[in-house]
Amino acid sequence: MSPNVSEAFARIRDTALARWRQTFESPNPVILVGTATCGRAAGAIETAAAFRQALTEAGRTDIPIIEVGCMGHCYAEPLVIITKPASGYPPIAYGYVTPEIARILTRDYVLGEDPSLEFILGALDTNEMIPSLKDLPRFAIETPVLLERCGFIDPENIEHAIARDAYAALVRALEMDPPAVIAEIGRAGLRGRGGAGFPTAQKWEICRKAPGEPKYFICNADEGDPGAFMDRSILESDPHSVIEGMIIGAYAVGARYGYIYVRAEYPLAVERVKKALTQSRALGLIGEHILGSDFSFDIKVFEGSGAFVCGEETALIASIEGRPGLPKHRPPFPAHRGLFGKPTVINNVKTLAFVPRIIAQGAPWFTGIAKGNTTGTAVFALAGKIVNTGLTEVPMGTTLREIIFEIGNGIPKGKAFKAVQIGGPSGGCLPETELDRPVDFESLREAGAMMGSGGMVVLDEDDCMVDVARYFLEFTQGESCGKCTPCRLGTKQMLEILTDITRGEAKMEDLNTLADLAEDIRSASLCNLGKTAPNPVLTTLRYFRGEYEAHIKEKRCPAKKCYHLMAYYILPEKCERSCEACVGTCTVEAIYVGKKRVKVIDQSKCVKCGTCLEACPPQYNAIVKISPLSELPEALPPLEEK
Amino acid sequence: MGGSPPTPGEEREELAKFLDHVRASVAKERESLIPALQEAQRRFGYLPAEAMLAIGEHLGIPDMDVYSVVTFYNQFRLNPPGRHSIRVCMGTACHVKGGQIILDAWKRRLGIDRRQTTPDREYDLDTVACVGCCTMAPVTVVDGEVQGKMSPTRVDGILLSHQIQKGKEAREEA
Repeated sequence: MSPNVSEAFARIRDTALARWRQTFESPNPVILVGTATCGRAAGAIETAAAFRQALTEAGRTDIPIIEVGCMGHCYAEPLVIITKPASGYPPIAYGYVTPEIARILTRDYVLGEDPSLEFILGALDTNEMIPSLKDLPRFAIETPVLLERCGFIDPENIEHAIARDAYAALVRALEMDPPAVIAEIGRAGLRGRGGAGFPTAQKWEICRKAPGEPKYFICNADEGDPGAFMDRSILESDPHSVIEGMIIGAYAVGARYGYIYVRAEYPLAVERVKKALTQSRALGLIGEHILGSDFSFDIKVFEGSGAFVCGEETALIASIEGRPGLPKHRPPFPAHRGLFGKPTVINNVKTLAFVPRIIAQGAPWFTGIAKGNTTGTAVFALAGKIVNTGLTEVPMGTTLREIIFEIGNGIPKGKAFKAVQIGGPSGGCLPETELDRPVDFESLREAGAMMGSGGMVVLDEDDCMVDVARYFLEFTQGESCGKCTPCRLGTKQMLEILTDITRGEAKMEDLNTLADLAEDIRSASLCNLGKTAPNPVLTTLRYFRGEYEAHIKEKRCPAKKCYHLMAYYILPEKCERSCEACVGTCTVEAIYVGKKRVKVIDQSKCVKCGTCLEACPPQYNAIVKISPLSELPEALPPLEEK
Repeated sequence: MGGSPPTPGEEREELAKFLDHVRASVAKERESLIPALQEAQRRFGYLPAEAMLAIGEHLGIPDMDVYSVVTFYNQFRLNPPGRHSIRVCMGTACHVKGGQIILDAWKRRLGIDRRQTTPDREYDLDTVACVGCCTMAPVTVVDGEVQGKMSPTRVDGILLSHQIQKGKEAREEA
């Protein structure tokens, strides 16, 4: 490989570093606002605008406001970091920054001297003045590798990424032989993070040796699992880590063209990836003769159009080729015959983002991170009934309990933990007794769940496990492409049985039919969508059979969630007679004033939305959910006005 | 988004422009089909039959195959959009936090089912599998903006704000 590669890159890097230092190492303050999709939903754009306006009014437009990605602390969005070396404080992160707070922070800290401790989330570094994020219990467990730069760099400015080590591994890889690159990834034991855990080096090796030109390299960013959003977050916060991983991978297998297949539901990720590609092309990091070497590789963005099955690699390929996303029989595997019939590698976003880090820091570093047999870290998206929602990255082998209770800080509102749903529609629901299980590909599969793409939805006592299983089945049933019969018809039958159960119309023998169907679909489906579709049902049957039986035998939903088996009721003895909070908020005017001015729900009008329960003042707490319906007391007649 | 629906004349003009664009700059490969359909949908908010036919003709793909691609992917719409687009997220996190209740509230207030447009073309309603804002659940995407922590009363609030906006515009015009 030509020796100019490192020289060419050194020039790029020096410019980037000089500008980075100019921004971050000057005594002037710098404001970082997290504007990934989650931040935007919480109002980050308005927050950034408020900073801008306050600084303009003060005549200090020289102070940079940088829009960064997501740090993972989604529960505290909008999130802002203020760096002000002149103050003597380390960079400070502030949470829940509304435009109002942005104005206060500008006045008191950016322009003044007071770091406004009442709004802080924590300092980024340990110090003696203010509590640090590193003092939080979660920090002892979390190991940011993929999320290292997320939230600290401007994803739309390639120089930020380069100043924080992006593309250095590419230079290193280009100076190695392609087989040596594959060998290094193999030594690191990197396994596909899309969910299946196939050894990455093995996939690359097959493709490298397969005959056929040109070869293709695809990044699978069709993150379709509901409940998973780490791929979106990485693409929005640090797209260059993925692009660099792709270039290294393409170099290792000898691919000429690449695609990043992103869901169209992620418009910001699409936009940021396109910008990132334009910038790396301008610096000669992709395109003809990368960094002056003999290696050429270019990347296009392909927007998926909303089909879950396209996360399956053969369906994804069909989709790029302009066809409906129907999976094909494997073998031949895409590494032999993939896109346009040529050898093709398809890797997940996270898998690719690991690649540069492994090349830069070496396989032993990567194998040293994990606690169990699977190497490296895992990124989880925490959502549902959990206090600290957001992203977290932990060493493989960390237990579920640590993730949910130490990092996620447990269940809100003092409710009891019931289950955690891992791996989306292909995964399963694990109960309390499985929480000490270390997280890796094998142990989750043993428990009946799956790593999947790493979505973790926490369920509490108010969630009905039958309803959750039905929800996932409804999803996979709707997304089944219809090509093979077990998946197309089998999931439909399962869904109908589950629907009957949630309506209290099922018989006990239906549970056996359900289990039989699940087994058939699992063994006979063509692709993994079908093969894994029964998992949510099988795990809930295995761990929460009692709930299924209560629905069937007693027509009772233990969590009081299933629409047809529950009702809202106002306890006459608790209802405060002069209060009409519920009457006013009812969205369908189903609440009337009954005898003795006690409020009564007209069950024929009620749509069970629960607004009244939220509206009833906590000192009365008069509204309850009742299941089974046979326990619902008779309604009081309306008050007759005299 | 949020603008008035185009008049039939405007739509015809835009269609003619789009067809010129397709013939001039879309590469004649099967691979171009989905991106070209996406481009059409971006411009019109849905896929007019003329656009689908023209794309198919340009790429040499039978109409039936174009239609099978369009109906396979959830993203493509065959109905014209409303002035406001309502996308209710039905992801896992939204589901456990009451996504169905939010969808029901929109359906009730708009009087339409998912994948439909109100007769006055003010609103179209649909669901999405997951917009990845699980931490803000339940979520509805209104005119491309993610609205987090939805409730039936917020549905009413959003509709009211649209009404106020419309009233203001009407007064300004008058």
